[in-house]
Amino acid sequence: MSVRQSLLAILNQGPCYGYQLRSEFDRRTGSTWPLNVGQIYNTLDRLERDGLVRKADIDAEGQNYVEITDAGRTEVAEWLGSPVVRTLATRDELAIKLAIAVTLPGVDIAQVIQVQRTATMRTLQELTRTKNATTDPESSEQLAWLLVIDSLIFAAEAEARWLDHSESRLARARAAGFAAPLPLNTEVPKRGRPAKTVQAGA
Amino acid sequence: MSDILLQLDGVSMQYGRGETAITALAGIDLLVRRGELVAVMGASGSGKSTLLTVAGGLTPPTAGEVIVEGHWLSQLSARELATLRRRSLGFVFQDFNLIPSPTALENVALPLELDGWTSTKAHRPALDALNIVELGDRAQHFPSDLSGGQQQRVAIARAVVGGRSLILADEPTGALDSTTGELVLRMLRSRVDAGAGGILVTHDARHAAWADRIVFLRDGRIADESRASAVSSLLAGSPA
Ligand SMILES: Nc1ncnc2c1ncn2[C@@H]1O[C@H](COP(=O)(O)OP(=O)(O)OP(=O)(O)O)[C@@H](O)[C@H]1O
Ligand SMILES: [Mg+2]
Repeated sequence: MSVRQSLLAILNQGPCYGYQLRSEFDRRTGSTWPLNVGQIYNTLDRLERDGLVRKADIDAEGQNYVEITDAGRTEVAEWLGSPVVRTLATRDELAIKLAIAVTLPGVDIAQVIQVQRTATMRTLQELTRTKNATTDPESSEQLAWLLVIDSLIFAAEAEARWLDHSESRLARARAAGFAAPLPLNTEVPKRGRPAKTVQAGA
Repeated sequence: MSDILLQLDGVSMQYGRGETAITALAGIDLLVRRGELVAVMGASGSGKSTLLTVAGGLTPPTAGEVIVEGHWLSQLSARELATLRRRSLGFVFQDFNLIPSPTALENVALPLELDGWTSTKAHRPALDALNIVELGDRAQHFPSDLSGGQQQRVAIARAVVGGRSLILADEPTGALDSTTGELVLRMLRSRVDAGAGGILVTHDARHAAWADRIVFLRDGRIADESRASAVSSLLAGSPA
C-alpha cells in the first residue's frame, strides 16, 4: 500500500517522529488524503515488525524518532523503480452500477448517465477552480499539490468521456434493437460448480 | 444597467417545415449575466451551434424571445441588429470564418473598422488581441498561410477585440493542442471576469469545467445543469 511506502520514502530523508511524518505526508500530497495519527503509528509498527525501520532517539521534548534500516532503503528504491499496478480487484462502483442498470427493465439509463455526468462535471469545475486559483508552482509543495490536483482532474475528465461514450454506445445499441433488459435466468445455477463453464485454454 | 447580458425565453428553432422539419431547439430558457461563463455540452446534433446562432441574432428563432443587453432582437431593424452584433457580440464560429484576402491583423481589426474606427486606431487593439493568443508575430500573414489552430486563434482574437460584452464561442479549442487550448480558455475567462459574459460550446469536459455553469443539451432541450459552488468541498485547498 502506498501510505506505507510513502512514509518509508519520507523516512529515507532522515529520522522523523509520528506527528512530523503525518505533516510531511500531508504537505507533500496537498492535504488531499489526510492521515490520522493512528494510521501513522499502525504503519510504523508494521514497518518496524518487518525490519524496515527501527526506533531511534527520544529528544528533549520526548518525541520518539524512527529511522529507516538498510532493508527499508532497498524497499524505497524498489518502490520508486517499479510501476504502480492497478488491479481489477478494486471494484469500479460506477461501472458496476451502469452495467447492472442496462440489464434492468424500466430504467432510464440516459437519466442515470446524466445524473452522474452532472455530478462529475461539478467535481471537475471545483477542481479546475481550485487549480486556477493557484498560479505557477512557486514551491515544491505547490508543485506536488498541482500534480495531485491534475491527477484528479484527468480522472474526472476520463469519467466524463466514458459517460459520453456509454451514452452513444447505448443509443446505437437501442437503434440496432439489442438493448433489451435481461430477464432473470429461471435456470437457477446449482450450488457449487457452475453447470457449464468455459474451459480456459482448451 | 442590468447585469443580464443575454436572456433566452422559450426559444425554439425548427429547420424546414412539414414532414422533414427538424426541431433543433425546443423551449430553451437561459440567462447569462455579466461575469458569467456558461458552457454548453451535448452530443453532436443536440442543438449547441443552433443555440449560439440564435443567441447571437444570426438567425431568428421560430418561437420565443432573445434579449441581448435589454434589446429584444425581434424588435430591432436589420440595421440596429447589425450594430448591436458588431458592438456587443463576439462570435467564434465552429469553422473559424476568417476572410481569406486580408491579413490576420486586418481580420481582427475588421469589426472595429466596421464600427467606424480608423484603420490605424483599430490596429492597436487588434495587435494586442493577437498577442494574447501568441500570434503577434504572424499579424501580417494571410489566413491561408496559417495552420488550423492558428486560424482558430485569429478567430478568437477577432471575437474579443475591442472588449465586446458577450462572447459566443463554438468549439473554440477544437483544433488546438492542450496548452494552447488552455491559453484560449484563460483569455476567455479573464474577459468574463473583467465583466463580459460568455457562452462556450465544447465537447471537452476539462474545458467546460472552466465555466461557472454547464448546461447539458439533449435533443434541443436543457437536460440538466451543473453549477460550481463558490467554495470547493473537495479539497483542503492550496498549500500556503
Ligand atoms: N441549416 C440547417 N438546416 C437544417 N437542419 C439543420 C441546420 N442546421 C442544423 N440543423 C440540424 O439541427 C440539429 C442541431 O444542429 P446543431 O448544429 O445545432 O448541432 P450541434 O449540437 O452544434 O452539433 P455538433 O456537436 O455536431 O456541432 C441537427 O439535427 C442538425 O442536423
Ligand atoms: Mg455545432
